[in-house]
Amino acid sequence: MDFHHGEDRQMLGDTLRRFLAEKAPVEARNRIAYGDIGYSPEIWCGLAELGVIGALFGEEVGGFGGGGFDIMVVFHEIGRALAVEPFLGALMVGQALAAAGRADVIEGVIAGTTIAAFAHAEPQDRAAGDPLATRARRDGAGEHGGWTIDGAKAVVAHGEAADVLLVSAQTDAGVALFLVPRDSAGLGVRGYANIDGGRSAEVTLRGVTVSDAALVTADGAAAIAAAEAAGLLALCAEALGAMEIARDHTVDYVRTRKQFGVPIGKFQALQHRIATVLLEIEQARSAVINAADAFGSDAAPRALAAAKYTIGATGQLVAEEAIQLHGGIGMTWELPLSHYAKRITMIDGQLGDQDEHLQRYIALGRAATA
Amino acid sequence: MDLRFTPEEELFREEVRDFLRDHLPERLRHKVRHDLTMTKADMEEWHAILHARGWLASHWPEQHGGPGWTVVQRSIFEDEAARAHAPRIVPFGVGMLGPVLIKYGSEEQRRTILPRILDGRDWWCQGYSEPGAGSDLASLKTSAVRDGDHYVVNGQKTWTTLGQFANRIFCLVRTDPTAKAQEGISFLLIDMDTPGIEVRPIVLLDGDAEVNEVFFTDVRVPVANLVGEENKGWTYAKYLLTYERTNIAGVGSSMAAFDRLRTIAGKLTRGGRPLRDDPLFAARMARVEIDLANMATTNMRVIAAAAGGGAPGAESSMLKIKGTEIRQAITALTRRAYGPYAQPFMPEALEDGYNGEPVGPEDAIAAAPAYFNNRKLSIFGGSNEVQKNIISKMIVGL
Repeated sequence: MDFHHGEDRQMLGDTLRRFLAEKAPVEARNRIAYGDIGYSPEIWCGLAELGVIGALFGEEVGGFGGGGFDIMVVFHEIGRALAVEPFLGALMVGQALAAAGRADVIEGVIAGTTIAAFAHAEPQDRAAGDPLATRARRDGAGEHGGWTIDGAKAVVAHGEAADVLLVSAQTDAGVALFLVPRDSAGLGVRGYANIDGGRSAEVTLRGVTVSDAALVTADGAAAIAAAEAAGLLALCAEALGAMEIARDHTVDYVRTRKQFGVPIGKFQALQHRIATVLLEIEQARSAVINAADAFGSDAAPRALAAAKYTIGATGQLVAEEAIQLHGGIGMTWELPLSHYAKRITMIDGQLGDQDEHLQRYIALGRAATA
Repeated sequence: MDLRFTPEEELFREEVRDFLRDHLPERLRHKVRHDLTMTKADMEEWHAILHARGWLASHWPEQHGGPGWTVVQRSIFEDEAARAHAPRIVPFGVGMLGPVLIKYGSEEQRRTILPRILDGRDWWCQGYSEPGAGSDLASLKTSAVRDGDHYVVNGQKTWTTLGQFANRIFCLVRTDPTAKAQEGISFLLIDMDTPGIEVRPIVLLDGDAEVNEVFFTDVRVPVANLVGEENKGWTYAKYLLTYERTNIAGVGSSMAAFDRLRTIAGKLTRGGRPLRDDPLFAARMARVEIDLANMATTNMRVIAAAAGGGAPGAESSMLKIKGTEIRQAITALTRRAYGPYAQPFMPEALEDGYNGEPVGPEDAIAAAPAYFNNRKLSIFGGSNEVQKNIISKMIVGL
């Protein structure tokens, strides 16, 4: 067994860490993350040039990675730096396109010249197996055939910045995926800041017409599953990176903060809580490794559910303990820690929270033994 | 054992409910219920309504303008007000300074200051914590040096809640740097418009600016503003903290927050069924509900002991820990209920008169800020760790 990343991946991670440390230390990151556009086009382009996006995709679609551990390395660094650039959209849209056999449209995504947003989740809840509320019908509305799409999509990461949105829509035949240009008539994008930085948007589609060429796949279930699998792994790795920094800042703080004449880290009650945080983060790291290792295999769904559950539960522990052990200062905007705590907390709610994934894990286990 | 209230107490509860129904403005109720931002005017409006009825300073003796309630009546009032979504009474003047002056202040201080607390002419804030003195409050360094008829105050206070609204501050200052930490502290009243005072807001992680740093540079304070005796301030400070911890369990407000969570979990659905029917979410809610029911009785046991003449001591530490843990659990569940819609951040939507289109389900916008803001509950008023020290020392004797 070898739990080290290979040399290439290690180098990728190191390069990414140095780049983000230089370009976006946390004060700069906060200006970017809570600014008008919610990310830095300069950092995005710089990272694309470094090949960071290419590392998220396999050679068959023009990338040079695409394995579970590639995704883990990249998003681990994103989490450590709290980077807000639109990587998750690139990953999920790219993975969906790859799964649908549409390598032809990935090039711009990998190059970073096309910013892509994944627009699948909807404002209305639905039961598993129920149709999407967003509907597409082929009515020849466009110049060369074409489709008309109506509906709404919820909390679309970087929906405003996107050049193109990958939109899922119900047809009579199933769930189809469409590439919808951001400037399409009838496409409404209402952007807002996120509490943990970056921007998202509510997207409405009112009689949006697209050509036949915009149809990525008429049967998008597998492509959506591929996108979500990659997205889950990415979020878990990102949370792991953010938790490491929250832990480091907290350890530094209890070493230096003095009360009652001694550093508060001398109090056994606090030592034990730090110890719990440390060991639970290592458990979470193992969960992410398990998920990265299973990525792309039949074991992936259950390993991803296990990882997202673990990350959610551990994340709440780490974020709350990090703030509490800092005391009041841990709640201030000025302290980097508070922004890590917010990001860690919000990741739990993305692509299904710990409760959903625990139940998914149970259901997948039942199905496997049935 | 008889856990019932007496018929007189039940009558009193009816009286409180009638009052709240008739006098709590719907606008304020709405803001509290939906976690919207309370303005200074909102808080003053509610104080004035309570003052008009003589109910603002519920634990002051009648001779000073209190209603003359028993501890049980006070508890009933606080629970009913919280459950009706009444604004919280701003504690600094009414809840903290008032009792200290009544017990330790001069006749002149009581005569001139107490009425101004009641009628809202003065807004007090608290100058206790310092950057280097948090849990270890007695290590505070802000100094007051006698110079004729004045003290000259230098130093810095922090975490001064709502200090931006205050015209006066009560401070713990060090008057004898040579004495043991607790024995060189005095309790001083300072006008915020005295030259040399600067208030700087501290922005919190939810973007809110409810706490402040207060800097003192050669601030001259008349000696007449000393409360009690010089170097006895620690005694008064501890007395004040026991008042800070009355109603510390916050049973009524947690019950109100839980009722609201129950409503939300009935409206929102996940996977096609109401969230409250999701087995894991239902279990999370049930655990909190049970914990809250247990705490309500623990709280009443402490109140009954106090009514019987016992003084609440370390028991209030138990209530502080449990009360804040429960409240934090409820805000965490409320945030969790909204799933991805907890992420959008629109502070303007929490202000008066916001007419924009809502994002996500009703009240989703307030859920994450409320969750993050309420992390303070286990930190302030003596962190929960300090409360555990008190329990192990005072109750267990370790």
